[in-house]
Amino acid sequence: MTVADTSDKATVLSAHERAEIDSWLARYPAEQRQSALLGALRAVMHEDHYLSVPKMDAVAAYLGLPPIAVYEVASFYSIFETDERAAARHSISVCTNISCMLNGADDILSHIEKKLGVRLGESTPDRKFYLKREEECLAACCGAPMMQVDHVYYTELTPEKVDSILDGLE
Amino acid sequence: MSDELVSFEVNGQTLQARPGSMLIAATDAAGITVPRFCYHKKLSVAANCRMCLVEVEKAPKPMPACATPIMAGMKVWTNSPKARAAQKDVMEFLLINHPLDCPICDQGGECELQDLSVGFGNSSSEYVEIKRVVRDKDIGPLIETAMTRCIHCTRCVRFGEEIAGLRELGATGRSQYTEIGTYVAKAVTSELSGNVIDVCPVGALTAKPSRYTARPWEMRSYDSIAPHDCVGSNIHVHTARGKVVRVVPRENEAINECWISDRDRFSYEGLQSQDRLLKPQIKRDGHWKEVSWQEALESVSGILRKQLAFNVTAFAGSSSTLEEFFLFQKLLRGLNIKNIDHRLRQVDFSDQSFVPVASGLGVSFTDLEQQQAIFLIGANPRHDQPMLNHRIRKASLAGARILALTPRKLAFNYAAEQIVAAPLAMVTELAVLVKAALEAANQTVPTALADLLANVEVSDTARSQVELFKAPNSLILLGQMAVQHSAFSSLRSLASVLAQVTGAKLGYLPEANSLAANLVGVLPHRGLAGKAVAEPGLHVNAALSDKNLTTVVLMNAELDDFANPQQTLKALRAAKHVIVFAPFADTQARDYATVLLPTSTFVETSGTLINAEGLWQSFKGVVTPPGEVRPLWKVLRVLGNALNLPDFDYVETSEIIAELKLELQAVPLTAMGQLPDSLMVTKQAANTMQRIGDVPIYRTDALVRRAKSLQAMLASPAVRMHSADMDRLGITVGDLVRLGQGDSYVQLPAEADEAVPEGCVWVQSATEAARALGSAFGSIMVDKG
Repeated sequence: MTVADTSDKATVLSAHERAEIDSWLARYPAEQRQSALLGALRAVMHEDHYLSVPKMDAVAAYLGLPPIAVYEVASFYSIFETDERAAARHSISVCTNISCMLNGADDILSHIEKKLGVRLGESTPDRKFYLKREEECLAACCGAPMMQVDHVYYTELTPEKVDSILDGLE
Repeated sequence: MSDELVSFEVNGQTLQARPGSMLIAATDAAGITVPRFCYHKKLSVAANCRMCLVEVEKAPKPMPACATPIMAGMKVWTNSPKARAAQKDVMEFLLINHPLDCPICDQGGECELQDLSVGFGNSSSEYVEIKRVVRDKDIGPLIETAMTRCIHCTRCVRFGEEIAGLRELGATGRSQYTEIGTYVAKAVTSELSGNVIDVCPVGALTAKPSRYTARPWEMRSYDSIAPHDCVGSNIHVHTARGKVVRVVPRENEAINECWISDRDRFSYEGLQSQDRLLKPQIKRDGHWKEVSWQEALESVSGILRKQLAFNVTAFAGSSSTLEEFFLFQKLLRGLNIKNIDHRLRQVDFSDQSFVPVASGLGVSFTDLEQQQAIFLIGANPRHDQPMLNHRIRKASLAGARILALTPRKLAFNYAAEQIVAAPLAMVTELAVLVKAALEAANQTVPTALADLLANVEVSDTARSQVELFKAPNSLILLGQMAVQHSAFSSLRSLASVLAQVTGAKLGYLPEANSLAANLVGVLPHRGLAGKAVAEPGLHVNAALSDKNLTTVVLMNAELDDFANPQQTLKALRAAKHVIVFAPFADTQARDYATVLLPTSTFVETSGTLINAEGLWQSFKGVVTPPGEVRPLWKVLRVLGNALNLPDFDYVETSEIIAELKLELQAVPLTAMGQLPDSLMVTKQAANTMQRIGDVPIYRTDALVRRAKSLQAMLASPAVRMHSADMDRLGITVGDLVRLGQGDSYVQLPAEADEAVPEGCVWVQSATEAARALGSAFGSIMVDKG
C-alpha cells in the first residue's frame, strides 16, 4: 500500500524531522515518496544518532512504505547505525585501508582507543564518542593517515593532532 | 513490446517469440533446459542468482537468460563450453556458503539447488574457509526457516510484494551480511504466505506443520480440489504411509494459477484432530455406546420413520459435496421432510422466493481481473476467498477502482475506497448510492425501494462514487457480511437496482459449495434445479424456533456453523433426537447429539464442488477413511435403501453427476433477482450496540477449525471497539467487558480498534467464546463486567 499515514505512528517523528523529510519530498514526484527515504533516515540520524525501530516504522508510515523497505535501506548503508549502542554525539571513523595503514593508521586507532577507553565499534559511556568500525577507504589517501569525525575529514594525523581535535569537540 | 513474432536461434534450433520478451520464457516454452533459481514466471525479473547465464553471439560475456530480451536473429547457446563454464562457476559460488546438510533438510529430494548441483556442481569445492551461519528466524506457525541455507534469490521477497501484496520479508544487511527476514521478530501474516515455501528453491523456507514427516520420494501425490471456499483451488494432496502429510498447489491458470491460500494448504492438519469420529455411536440414557453401522443406520431410519415429518428439520453445512447435498435432500424429501436448509449463517429470509436460484460471481475468475470497477458490499475477500482477492488485486493494480461498503474498516492489500458504516447504517449508505445512481440515470424509484429511499439525501460524495460504474466493465459483489446481515433482503434489492440502473454486473462471493446446495435444493422452498415445492418447509431461523421440533438432522454442520449459536444450542438441546453425520464431534456436539455417524472429509470420498464461476470439479478419495468412517454419500445411499426409498442405487458418485449435470447446468447462473413487493426498514433496539460478527478466516468450517497451525494464526478472542465508545462506557483496554445477547452473556477483554465504527462492537463469530452469543450481526448489550 502506498497510502501515506501521516497520523498515529508517524507522530513519533519530531517537528524538525518532519520538516526535513518534507523538504526532501518536495524534490521528487508526489507518487514517488520512497525517493525521500535516504533523506528521511539522514534526518533521524541527525537527531538520535541511530535509527531505532520505532523511528524507522514512523518513517515508513510517513512515506507510505512497508516497514521492511525501510529496514532494508537502513541496514544496507554503513552510514546508518541501527544499534542503540552506537548512538553518540560524535562518530569517529579512522580509515585503516591500505594507504592509511602504511602511514600509521593502526597507531592512531590504538591511541584513540586508549584515550577514549573504548574498543573499535563501541561508544563512550557518556555517549559523547562512538568509534565506528570503518571498512571502506574514505578516499583521502593523499592525506593519510586520516579520520572522519561526523562530516569532517582530518588528514595527516598524529596522536597530538587527534587529541586537539577530539578535545575541541563539545 | 510488439505482438509480431521474430525468429532467433537457440543451440542451432530456430525459435519464435515476441521481441523484447525474455529469453528464458522462450527456452522454457521450447523445452530447452536453462538452470535458474531466482527466475519465476509469475514474479518480476531480479537476475540476481546468475544461474541462467547463457552464451549470446556478439556479447562479450555470458548473459542471464531471464533478463536478456529477445531480438530478431540473435544466436544463443545454452550449453556451449562458455555457457557451461559460467553456469558451473555460479554454482560454485552459490555452494560456498550453502551448508551440506541435505540429509537433515526437509527440502531434500525436491530441492532445486540439490538437483542443479548434480548437473552443474563440482564434486569437491576449492573453498576451505569457514561458511557463514545465519540465525534462524521465527516467522510464525506456518513457515519453518533455516536461513543459513538461503541463496538470496529473493523470490519470497518478490512474492510478498507482487503477489501477496504485503511486503513482510526483505533482504537486510549487505554483501556477506545480507539476510532474508522480517528484521524485527514478527510472524508473517499474509493469507497466501505458504506459497513462499513453494517458491523457495532451497530448504530455507519449508512447511512447519509437515516438517520431518516424510521424504518427497516416500509421498504419493493425488489430485484434489480444496473445499474451503467458493474458488475450488486445484491441489495435490501428498500422502505417506496412508496419511495426508501435506497439500500443495496444482497449477490451473484459470482458477488458482500456481498458488493456494494458507487455509487450503494447511487445513489437512484438522484430519488428525482429537474430535475425529471413528465409530458410529448412539446415546442411551445419557451414555455414549459404540455400535455397528448396521445398528446405527437402523436406529436412524427408525427415528426418521417414526417422527412426524413436520417435526423434523435438517441442516447441511456448506462444505459438503454436490452428491452429498443431492442425496441428503432426496432422502429427506423421500420421507416428506420439508424443513431442509443449508443457509445456516443467514438470518433474513424475507425475500427468499425472489432470490435467483443460482447466483455465482457474475463473471469468470479470469474476467474478474479485467474489471475496471468493483464495488464490494459486505465482503472481505482477502479472508473469505483469498484467491479471488488476488484477482481483484490484479484488477486494482491494472487501474480498476475498488469501492467497499463495509461494517468495519478492512485491511485491503490494494487501494480501496471504503464506506465504513455500522451494520444497520450500511443499508442507508447503499440507499444513498442507489438514489444517486437513479438520479444520474433520470429514473424513478422502484416501488419496492420507496420506503428505503424515502428519507435519504444524495450527497456529492455519493454522486462521485457512482461515477465508478461508468467504466464499461464494472461489477458489484455481495459478500458474506451482506448475506449474513439482518437486512440482507434490503442490501440485495438495493444492489440489484444499482446493477440494473448502472449496467454493472452483479455477483456473489458465496460460501464454500453453497452454489451446489442451492442448485440441488437443500432449501425449504425449492427443490432440484430451483423448482418451487408444493408446500414449503421452514427456513433455518423458523425451524430452530419451532416448538414442534423433535428431531434434527445435521450434515457437516455444528454449532459454529450457525448464525445464532445460542438459539441453535437451545433447539438442539430441546430436541429428542439429534442425528449427526460428520467427521468430527466436540464435547458440545456429544452433549446435544443422540446419534453420531462418522463420515468422510474431502480426502476420504469422491465428490464434486461447484465454484463461484459455476465450474463443476470432481475429485476422488485420497486416503482410506480412518476407523469405521465411511464416505458420506454412501451412508446416505445405504440409508435411502434401508428406508425403502426409490432410486437410491448409485454405485459411483459419477452416476449422480451424470444424472444431474444436464438439468442443473441448464439453470442460468445469475444474481439478478426480482424485487420483493416491499422492504422493511430495520431499527436498532434501544440501549444496545450493534455486533459485527464476521467469521474469522480460519473458522469457516469444521476441518479448518481443527487445523492447529492455522488456529495459532488467529488473534485471541476479544471485543474490539472504537476508543470513543470505550470512553463513553468507562472501559479501558484489557478490561473484561460483559456482552449479552438474548438470555446469556460472555466476558471478553476489550481492545481499542478505530476500524470499528462508533456504536458497534466487533466480536467475531464461529469462535468458542461466541457460542454463548446470539445473532452475528444483531444488537448486543455491552457493559463493563
